[in-house]
Amino acid sequence: MGEKILMKGAEALGEAAIKAGCRFFFGYPITPQNEVPEYMSKRLPKEGGVFLQAESEVAAINMVYGAAGAGARVMTSSSSPGISLKMEGISYIAGAKLPCVIVNIVRGGPGLGGIQPAQSDYFQATKGGGHGDYRMIVLAPSSVQEMVDLMGDAFDLADLYRMPTMILGDGMLGQMMEPVEFKERKPIALPPKDWATTGKKGRGKQNIINSLFLIAEECEEHNFELKKRYNEIEKNEVKFESYNMEDADVAIIAYGTTARIVKTAIKRAESKGMKVGLIRPITLWPFPEKVIAAAAEKVKAFLTVEMSTGQMVEDVRLAVNGQKPVYFYGRTGGMVPSPEEMVAEVEKILG
Amino acid sequence: MAQEIILAGFGGQGIMLAGKLLTYTGMLEGKNVTWLPSYGPEMRGGTANCTVIISDEEIGSPIVTNPSVALVFNNPSLEKFEPLVKTGGTLIVNTSLVTIKSKRTDINIINIPANDIAIELGEVKITNMVMMGAFVAATKAVSFEGVMDALKKTLPAHRQNLLPLNEKALKKGSELV
Amino acid sequence: MKKVFERPKSLTDVPFSYCPGCTHGIAHRLVAEVIDELGIQERTIGIAPVGCSVLCYDFFDVDMQEAAHGRAPAVATGIKRVHPDSIVFSYQGDGDLASIGTAEIVHAANRGEKITVIFINNAIYGMTGGQMAPTTLPGQKTTTSPYGRDTEACGYPIRISEMLSTLDGPAYIARASLHDPQNIVKAKSAIRKAFQAQVDGLGFSLVELLSTCPTNWGMTPVESLKWLEDNMIPRYPLGEYKVIEGVK
Ligand SMILES: Cc1ncc(C[n+]2csc(CCOP(=O)(O)OP(=O)(O)O)c2C)c(N)n1
Ligand code: SF4
Repeated sequence: MGEKILMKGAEALGEAAIKAGCRFFFGYPITPQNEVPEYMSKRLPKEGGVFLQAESEVAAINMVYGAAGAGARVMTSSSSPGISLKMEGISYIAGAKLPCVIVNIVRGGPGLGGIQPAQSDYFQATKGGGHGDYRMIVLAPSSVQEMVDLMGDAFDLADLYRMPTMILGDGMLGQMMEPVEFKERKPIALPPKDWATTGKKGRGKQNIINSLFLIAEECEEHNFELKKRYNEIEKNEVKFESYNMEDADVAIIAYGTTARIVKTAIKRAESKGMKVGLIRPITLWPFPEKVIAAAAEKVKAFLTVEMSTGQMVEDVRLAVNGQKPVYFYGRTGGMVPSPEEMVAEVEKILG
Repeated sequence: MAQEIILAGFGGQGIMLAGKLLTYTGMLEGKNVTWLPSYGPEMRGGTANCTVIISDEEIGSPIVTNPSVALVFNNPSLEKFEPLVKTGGTLIVNTSLVTIKSKRTDINIINIPANDIAIELGEVKITNMVMMGAFVAATKAVSFEGVMDALKKTLPAHRQNLLPLNEKALKKGSELV
Repeated sequence: MKKVFERPKSLTDVPFSYCPGCTHGIAHRLVAEVIDELGIQERTIGIAPVGCSVLCYDFFDVDMQEAAHGRAPAVATGIKRVHPDSIVFSYQGDGDLASIGTAEIVHAANRGEKITVIFINNAIYGMTGGQMAPTTLPGQKTTTSPYGRDTEACGYPIRISEMLSTLDGPAYIARASLHDPQNIVKAKSAIRKAFQAQVDGLGFSLVELLSTCPTNWGMTPVESLKWLEDNMIPRYPLGEYKVIEGVK
């Protein structure tokens, strides 16, 4: 432990999942995340686990449904077009209250789009890309190390709340290499999976994994129960990073890859005498709205920067609630905003 | 201090590997490092390139628009990256394959017939190490011993016999600076 | 001087984006020549898949639609139902057709959809960098079968032509290979029959073409041709699998 090794983001994700006890992986190739399944195909058989390349993403997510319902720690990974196909399965997984981890290494869209990094799946991830009244915990790492650290959290949160958790990265994080350290994690108390279909084995009562509720009253009750869980998550699990916010005039809100570019921009803005800070949501759902609302009392304005035409900015506006102006700057389709562009936006705002 | 380095050439010239070795060396020397490849089908034919950052501070953007150093292994790479090198930066050119002459006067240009030297040493595959040698000598971003140490740690057991050859290539490259 | 090589009219002048020695290019040329010879260029509509041939909408000089991964036969169905007099073909790889798109190809064939499918079987995923395909041979190493395809865990190579021939919908199904000149001539004749069957309104037609992927097989183009002949043909016998009455 404590030794740093140099790893590609996608491979680090795979290793972190294995370290978190994941022994089942079902996936389908798609650029730019092929290194995840490729890594799992090499490593999992050596750990007594199962790697299976499904015939499609639709099949892969339903294999995840089955394995999660059978009580396993299970993961799948894909990129935007593949995640769209998984949406049906994710809705069923949420409806059946099953824990699993889904990785989305986002690329430019819509449709076939491109293979360069993007953040244009924010809506899909945080607002329920599948049907029904469900939420999904969404974690957004901004370095290879954080990908590793959040993978452990993702499995724990999924098990703790019995729901799907997504790690939302992008092509850049998946492809880049950085030194990582696999730190020993403190195990947390998790509820037993006494609901899993393991065969009755003398249990007496049968276990059923299901999301069908034909009686409206029961379906509503089910939704209210899910909602109770979601409220708890919103209360307990919000994660963010505050950087340089002490006396900032402009607060930039950005996540993932974009946020680390913002840090470079902040240093350049500083050298030009501008005071700029960053609030980086690490959980995109639950969204860190309180810290943003609190910042609104101190800063002059907000600037949301995304690799999209403006998705998270809607949540920022809701959090700021009209107290201060909220500006937006975005590049999309695989283009990455540069620090220079960000500094220019801040200059415009500060007039 | 941060060195922002781009290595570019044809796929198969060992560009990605050299970039990784450099990154690994930086890591072993206690620096913050990132390595970012170009990826996807554009790497068929065309140019393959990677960006390496070696820094004393936390690294923000892993992308570099204006590198402080560019190592170019073929003509398309020179055309693409020569104009982007920062004023005062360094351009290391593999003149065995690059026939275009850089017209910039505000950067330090180092010409290395890397393929020819590699062939002379008996193995064209170590072209990238000749270029690395020039890089180390010109920038001191990492140390000569550091690179050798990194190589020792990354070469599989059955390739350790290649260490002396790599060392020669590094030395030769650095002597030409 | 007599011109011995001329670009078929149904190919644009955009250079192919395929790797050196890849037989996708030969398949394109054969399809274009057949379209020319049947005089159907002006009423042909093609569907590009997701795979290395994703850009074939730039290469075929006919109207083209790009489909989602595996869905080309469904897209083709939509087009053919709107323009029954058009000649509709899809061009698909083995990941596209035999993995993610198995449902679409089986049902288009079963409905006897009057479309033509050109199916490129290269036993691997080219575009994404050499992962296992449903057609990958037992023991074959790919980036997601690093220890060789284990039939215990991943099953056996799918023989699409044989499988679809059990259905009543198809009019013409054949498998040919692109590994040498004699076989290329045979492949062209199969492609011609397939398109002719559609022109004659007979039903669904498909030609499976055994193809190479030197890049992801890790071989030279010449080694690839040999590997195809020695390893793929025994698994995927060549010939006509379904020929209903009236096919010419
Ligand atoms: C829904 C979806 N999943 C995965 C992909 C990624 N993908 C692109 S091409 C391809 C497979 C290509 O293989 P094949 O069909 O055999 O064609 P080839 O490239 O070998 O010609 C895959 C999986 C995608 N674009 N969309
Ligand atoms: S990757 Fe393979 S199938 Fe794709 S163009 Fe190259 S050789 Fe052809």
